[in-house]
Amino acid sequence: MGILTPNGFELDNSGKRVVVDPLTRIEGRLRVEVNVDSENVIRNAVSTGTMWRGIETILRGRDPRDAWAFTERICGVCTGTHALTSVRAVENALDITIPENANSIRNIMHLCLQVHDHLVHFYHLHALDWVDVVSALKADPKATSALAQSVSSWPVSSPGYFKDLQVRLTKFVASGQLGPFKNGYWGHAAYKLPPEANLMAVAHYLEALDFQKEIVKIHTIYGGKNPHPNWLVGGVPCAINIDGTGAVGAINMERLNLVSSIIDRSIEFVDQVYVPDVTAIGSFYKDWLYGGGLSGKSVMSYGDIPENANDYSTKSLKMPRGVILNGNLKEVLPIDHGDPEQIQEFVAHSWYKYPDESRGLHPWDGVTEPNFQLGPNAKGTKTDIKELDEAAKYSWIKAPRWRGNAVEVGPLARYIVGYAQNKAEFKEPTEKLLKTLDLPVTALFSTLGRTAARALECQWAAHQMRYFQDKLVAHIKAGDTATANVSKWRPESWPKAAKGYGFTEAPRGALGHWIKIKHTKIDNYQCVVPTTWNGSPRDPKGNIGAFEASLLDTPMADPQRPLEILRTIHSFDPCLACSTHVMAPDGHEMATVKVR
Amino acid sequence: MRPADDRKRVLVLGIGNILWADEGFGVRVVEEFHRRYAVPDNVTIIDGGTQGLYLVNYLEQADCLIVFDAIDYGLDPGELKLVRDEEVPKFTGVKKMSLHQTGFQEVLSAADLLGRCPGQLALIGCQPLDLEDWGGPVTDPVRTQIAPAIELACELLAEWGSPPQLRTTPLSRSERLLANDIDHPSYEMRARPA
Repeated sequence: MGILTPNGFELDNSGKRVVVDPLTRIEGRLRVEVNVDSENVIRNAVSTGTMWRGIETILRGRDPRDAWAFTERICGVCTGTHALTSVRAVENALDITIPENANSIRNIMHLCLQVHDHLVHFYHLHALDWVDVVSALKADPKATSALAQSVSSWPVSSPGYFKDLQVRLTKFVASGQLGPFKNGYWGHAAYKLPPEANLMAVAHYLEALDFQKEIVKIHTIYGGKNPHPNWLVGGVPCAINIDGTGAVGAINMERLNLVSSIIDRSIEFVDQVYVPDVTAIGSFYKDWLYGGGLSGKSVMSYGDIPENANDYSTKSLKMPRGVILNGNLKEVLPIDHGDPEQIQEFVAHSWYKYPDESRGLHPWDGVTEPNFQLGPNAKGTKTDIKELDEAAKYSWIKAPRWRGNAVEVGPLARYIVGYAQNKAEFKEPTEKLLKTLDLPVTALFSTLGRTAARALECQWAAHQMRYFQDKLVAHIKAGDTATANVSKWRPESWPKAAKGYGFTEAPRGALGHWIKIKHTKIDNYQCVVPTTWNGSPRDPKGNIGAFEASLLDTPMADPQRPLEILRTIHSFDPCLACSTHVMAPDGHEMATVKVR
Repeated sequence: MRPADDRKRVLVLGIGNILWADEGFGVRVVEEFHRRYAVPDNVTIIDGGTQGLYLVNYLEQADCLIVFDAIDYGLDPGELKLVRDEEVPKFTGVKKMSLHQTGFQEVLSAADLLGRCPGQLALIGCQPLDLEDWGGPVTDPVRTQIAPAIELACELLAEWGSPPQLRTTPLSRSERLLANDIDHPSYEMRARPA
């Protein structure tokens, strides 16, 4: 039966149900169920997933200055983002300011993470939703070379280079396995690239894999310890000693120059490989403008990358800040993380218990009490769910809302907000890309738009790294070497009770941490992560979240091989709790499930 | 990591998520190994956490690799297993929903694809009892395998010509692998009761 959600989507769950469940370990699961009509068009979508059950259970009673080290462990991909958000939350609660150099270094580290994450996400995961690896075997290396040279000045593009690569690929296939490319939906009707474009993309897949290792060296230099960089409430933990004769491990000119050269190469790679690839791929998928979902209606960006230290106002934040509701690009609404009426989490359809589930809770007052139960129309058992009942509780993800509205977050949301604010550095590249592809601005509201916004943002972030590196060096040369403010380091200097929030724009969207401190220890700590916004289940009023909205109306070529669903879900760069790292001989996953 | 001589470069890596009970096994072993033993300068010790592709950089600088991790080989909880060379799983799953599902087998597969996978591989794994207890401690049967896992690594390092030496003076707090209250004793002191 068809229903209309309050946020304007038509849902009809009468058709055949398709369940996409990659069966990772249960705690890391991100599962999608859709109903398709007789034409195999998606008419209802249900997404369910697992975040963690509340970091407060682990953090309560601990020193707020250590919180970053715990939150850094939540996730291996978002490591630095959580740490940065955490130190900002503590600084906000205790009214601690940081020096300009610390702001520049934090910005460089955060931008570096954006560049790395976007690049790896596209080439290592998402590109294979658009690129058919097996088709690349049929490409003509000469024609591939000509194609590569027509889209970019990237020098690694000779016919011989592509020929060699094709020989390597052919060997993989001849050996009876596709190595890292096995299990793809190769040959699927939804793949549209000619063999030459596929071969070019596979070459860049390998180049990106090789190059990504270089980028993270910036984290080693500014974060000290790697792969888990150090962070510090009140600044950054690295000292600056420009003559390089003082403290061991201090930042000297040689290290600053190394960072600078990595930034140059990052800019080069993104300018000459990533953005041209996305543009080239986009030109073959211009007719596949599905997946927009919420993006054409309601989006939110907290904003990030402060120009000036300690100034998190809309004006100071270089990454756009604000909310757009119901497609009204003429009005960008302000956000206040401390206002109990704005950001709230609901659990009517989540496996948690609230005293009154018709109401949401602001994160400062957030609770995380599990309540795992299946609805009357669910099929299967608690340990082996065959089909969810979305009319009841159906996800471990809570449903965060901004003033009651479901919003999309992430690169596309940031670009839409920046576009609406007429910020040239976001609007101009967007319009240029649309013009190249000969597409209207409404084409942005799509899976392809999300993918393109990520590429443009990667380029923006790479160039911003250059800006803040230059700013840092100029400050140092002017004699300012301060990197930390320790005036409020001692807990004796803190008030008896305090609360605060910190926010960042993680690669995949708006991230917030809320902290309450009592007698110098953590009393409550809540994280609302980007995938909670995008992957949220329905709220008490029936509004659907971004994942579910994005899948609606998409035609599937073959429901048995749901490439279209993966393509759109991947375009959000979803985050799952990072615990799927258990090694097994054949890649099977833990079969036992403990249910609470 | 690049000794001037022709000694083999060895990487000792612990991986896993310390916030998920036995999922933290690998990290806790490498932490304790580092606390107990000093290693020659051709050996690098890293707490890899759940870092995925970030780790390719470290792998390609190594000739020999030891990885501590929780494993699923259908063994009894707490059973230890040594897997070597060709037997160490190496593959990439394309159908994953998220980059956050990048397991260590994919890191190996990526290094392999770049032609830079360490020549000798050893996985020292332990079958977990509980991976679901968010914020919980490493369980008893798995905890008791930390010391035997370290001994296995010592034998391998000796075989590769780089035996570790028991530390004669205890490691200072600031030199430990994990700090800021997430070291094993501090973390579990306040770990949520099951």
